[in-house]
Amino acid sequence: MLPQLIDVQRVLPELIWCGFGVLVMLLQPFVRSRQFFTFLALLGSLAGTAAAFTSLLHGGPGFFGLVQSDSFSFFFRLLVGTVAFLVVLAAEPYLEREHLPVAEFYALLFFATAGMGVLASAQELLTGFIGLEMSSISSYVLAGYRRDSLKSSESAMKYFLLGSFATAFFLYGIALVYGATGTTLLDKMAGADETSTLLKLGLAMILIGLGFKVAAAPFQVWTPDVYEGAPTPVTALFSAGPKAAAFALLLRIFATVPAATKYWFWAFWLLAALTMFAGNLGALVQTNIKRLLAYSSIAHAGYILVAFAAVTSMAQGGSAEAAPAYAAVLFYLLSYALVKLGAFTIVSQLGGAGEKSLSLDDYAGLSQRQPFVAAMLSVYLLSLLGLPVTAGFFGKFYIFKAAVNSHLISLAVLMAINSVIGAYYYLRVIVVMYMREPSAEAAALGPVQFPLGVNAVLLITFVGTILFGVYPNPVINFILRPSLLGH
Amino acid sequence: MLNGGHLLSVLIFFPAIGAAALMVLRGDDHKFIRAIALAVSIAEFLFSLAMLRGVPIGASGYQLEEFSKWISAPPIHYHVGVDGISMFLVLLTTFLTPISVLASWNSIQHRVKEFFVMLLMLEVGVVGVFLSLDTFLFFLFWELMLIPMAFLIGIWGHERRVYAAVKFVLYTMAGSILMLVGIIWLYNATGTFDLPTIQQALAGGQLILAPRTEMLLFLAFFFAFAIKVPLFPLHTWLPDAHVEAPTAGSVMLAGVLLKLGTYGMIRFCLPLFPEASRRAARWVAVLAIIGIIYGALVSMVQPNLKKLVAYSSVSHLGFVVLGIFAFHNISMQGAVYQMLAHGISTGALFLLVGMLYDRRHTFEISEFGGLSTPMPKLAAFFLFVALSSLGLPMLNGFVGEFLILLGTYQRHWGWAAWAALGVILSACYLLWSYQRVFFGEITVEKNRTLPDASARERWILATMAVVTLWMGIGSAFITRRTAVAAQTVIEQVEPQRAYEVAAPADGGQLRSVSATSAATGTNMERLGVR
Repeated sequence: MLPQLIDVQRVLPELIWCGFGVLVMLLQPFVRSRQFFTFLALLGSLAGTAAAFTSLLHGGPGFFGLVQSDSFSFFFRLLVGTVAFLVVLAAEPYLEREHLPVAEFYALLFFATAGMGVLASAQELLTGFIGLEMSSISSYVLAGYRRDSLKSSESAMKYFLLGSFATAFFLYGIALVYGATGTTLLDKMAGADETSTLLKLGLAMILIGLGFKVAAAPFQVWTPDVYEGAPTPVTALFSAGPKAAAFALLLRIFATVPAATKYWFWAFWLLAALTMFAGNLGALVQTNIKRLLAYSSIAHAGYILVAFAAVTSMAQGGSAEAAPAYAAVLFYLLSYALVKLGAFTIVSQLGGAGEKSLSLDDYAGLSQRQPFVAAMLSVYLLSLLGLPVTAGFFGKFYIFKAAVNSHLISLAVLMAINSVIGAYYYLRVIVVMYMREPSAEAAALGPVQFPLGVNAVLLITFVGTILFGVYPNPVINFILRPSLLGH
Repeated sequence: MLNGGHLLSVLIFFPAIGAAALMVLRGDDHKFIRAIALAVSIAEFLFSLAMLRGVPIGASGYQLEEFSKWISAPPIHYHVGVDGISMFLVLLTTFLTPISVLASWNSIQHRVKEFFVMLLMLEVGVVGVFLSLDTFLFFLFWELMLIPMAFLIGIWGHERRVYAAVKFVLYTMAGSILMLVGIIWLYNATGTFDLPTIQQALAGGQLILAPRTEMLLFLAFFFAFAIKVPLFPLHTWLPDAHVEAPTAGSVMLAGVLLKLGTYGMIRFCLPLFPEASRRAARWVAVLAIIGIIYGALVSMVQPNLKKLVAYSSVSHLGFVVLGIFAFHNISMQGAVYQMLAHGISTGALFLLVGMLYDRRHTFEISEFGGLSTPMPKLAAFFLFVALSSLGLPMLNGFVGEFLILLGTYQRHWGWAAWAALGVILSACYLLWSYQRVFFGEITVEKNRTLPDASARERWILATMAVVTLWMGIGSAFITRRTAVAAQTVIEQVEPQRAYEVAAPADGGQLRSVSATSAATGTNMERLGVR
């Protein structure tokens, strides 16, 4: 049987992203213009994102149920496509500054984005595995893209070794689940014997594999080193894209496999609690802004896992009950991606040649040298902190609501405590920017130039953060649709 | 349900427009920026006076309500309204803001534009909190005012400003995040964030919370408010924040922000969780009394004048909490009155301390002494304000404290007896510190040539003094308008023991109360002066 046109339409975004990736690689030996590749990359990421609308219009299962094109995958395709677009905008001046080739970077970015798209739409475990590998392998290379930097190479090596170890867990889990159920299609697993040890073990392995990707404690140790060593635009990508995609697959497994929701409640409870504390306590003592944001992203994975615990606790009463908890995860990922992209873009720009100015001391008195940049970074940090009139506030609010809905008061209180711990280190950055005087050499250097592309990223993420913080209705109404998953 | 236009929305957002206008202006013309800030804040005050017409005396329930949809899922509404209690707290806020602007006229010299932007944004948050009738909206403004205040302390404060600012934010956030969990829990139980709807459901018996749930919810709210008040033993952020804050920050902090805590107790804790409030009342009262006496004792031994005033706030706010949790009509009225009176008197005290600091750059009492010789006018104002703060009859502090003690006595004479100790102690520390600062020999040479109050300072202080005197004599103007709201709260918390309404005709009654107690007042004074 050959694939039908409709099948192609249902994976169109991924096809476009892959196609542009291949095109960039093919043209690379012939074209020397950097602008040309940047233009191609912007065009490709936008085209793929636009194609997500086509996939939504022609929604349904594709390729015999291997992928599912529904509102859920639409949301994530839109998210990762936008992330890719913004990363291109932010990376162009960075690559120029660091004298790095552009074409390979964009090609890898395309493959990673396609992988994330596959992850978000996969409805079959091996397809999910392929998506995971596509995005991971590209990520390993991207992490080590600054080849002459020891830190970058270390970052890539660490990511690769630990990442492939985790992928092995994931693959082994798939094998066990297949052994227990006789299928790798998620929607066919509903009838399987839920008490089978093999199935439970397999699902646990899958959870470990994905837990690594989203940086859940105790699988989070790689995060700070990898985030610190990778080129900053790549760090921005890591914190926004692959994490969201891995969460997407995890969420889909829940929504479709009843056995998964049944046994994972305590696993998620513990993961959430551990991850929040690991991230926030780790961040308290950081003096490097990239490491600080890395630990903060661990903490935020913990908050999202709180919503997962709520899903598992609610889902036993039927998936309709769990809809607000799903919505909480989706909204959080969106707000979080916006904020982290904006913050890392500023860090990338302020880092200067060779990424030398990354310590908190370099941010002293930033509000006087560059008031707008300081104000924007403050808004991003306040959004991470969860203060009102930012998207992060509603993200946190919906997660709190999901937790309280599921009677997980204890977890909600733990999250509240963690928010306060988090407040301390986010405030520390703001304090340094606003309440300390700039060092003499920093003042002598004068303001750092912010090129047009970077400003565009900042504007988009800033407007998004405020807009969804004042009026989240459109997004919330969309992700609360009953037909979010499947058709 | 809806009447009277958009006055309240104007009140909330007008300072924000002013702040936005300031932000786009050029930052180097300081005079112009100050003038704009003053104009905006005075206009805001005039707008807020219009509330006096919009809220009829004796009308129960919320007035001037505005209600519109905001968030679709979960249903959150933009719902604002005002009653007798919140009206005067808003008036206090809008009155103190221009005063703060004037007080910062010369003392703020760097980053002037940002300073006034923050001050106006603070006003937005505070007015929003007082007017919100949706629990979610309330929380939103509650968090919103945190950042401007933290910046005011952290950028324009004194030496340990950063420490104080961070401590302030962390303390407040610790409470408020738990309150958010409480708000969501309450939503889960009731299906709405709308305060009047929840109150009706509770009153009508459609909604009954299990005792344990009610207690936990009560604590979630109460904890946030108690930190803000601050109630002993959660008060440790206050002295730091006050001492480090610039004068305008201290005025707003003591004058208005502390009242948010007591206002929250009146608006949320008592009406929503009456059973839990009754169960907790005894413990809260004990903490309040400890706060009254502890705050006063610490004030007495303070070598730092600003810290002394800060600890006196702990003591005075203890009275307010005691008055609220005595569940008596008169003490509730007294609590509201004391909130307003404390805002004026302590605000004025901080202004005076700030003026001394502008001249000498120190708060140490030992650095002063004999100041009444070089600056007789300032000394006179200081004495006037100190007397009002310690509760001299005819001035504002007396009315509140007396009503609180009167009401509390009828519920529990022991509480009143202990709390009365605080009245005596406050006379001791205020008069003793006054003596050390203004009387005696001039010990430090520099003090001989200090300039007396300038015209600007005299205007500020005279305004404060007029209000102090007016509140002491014309207390009926306020109590008539707060009576119904106070009565409503008492009915909600103790339906079976509702007392007869003490208003609107009771203006005269209250006046006679002031008269009969004049003797007690002079006794106290004698004790204090010694």
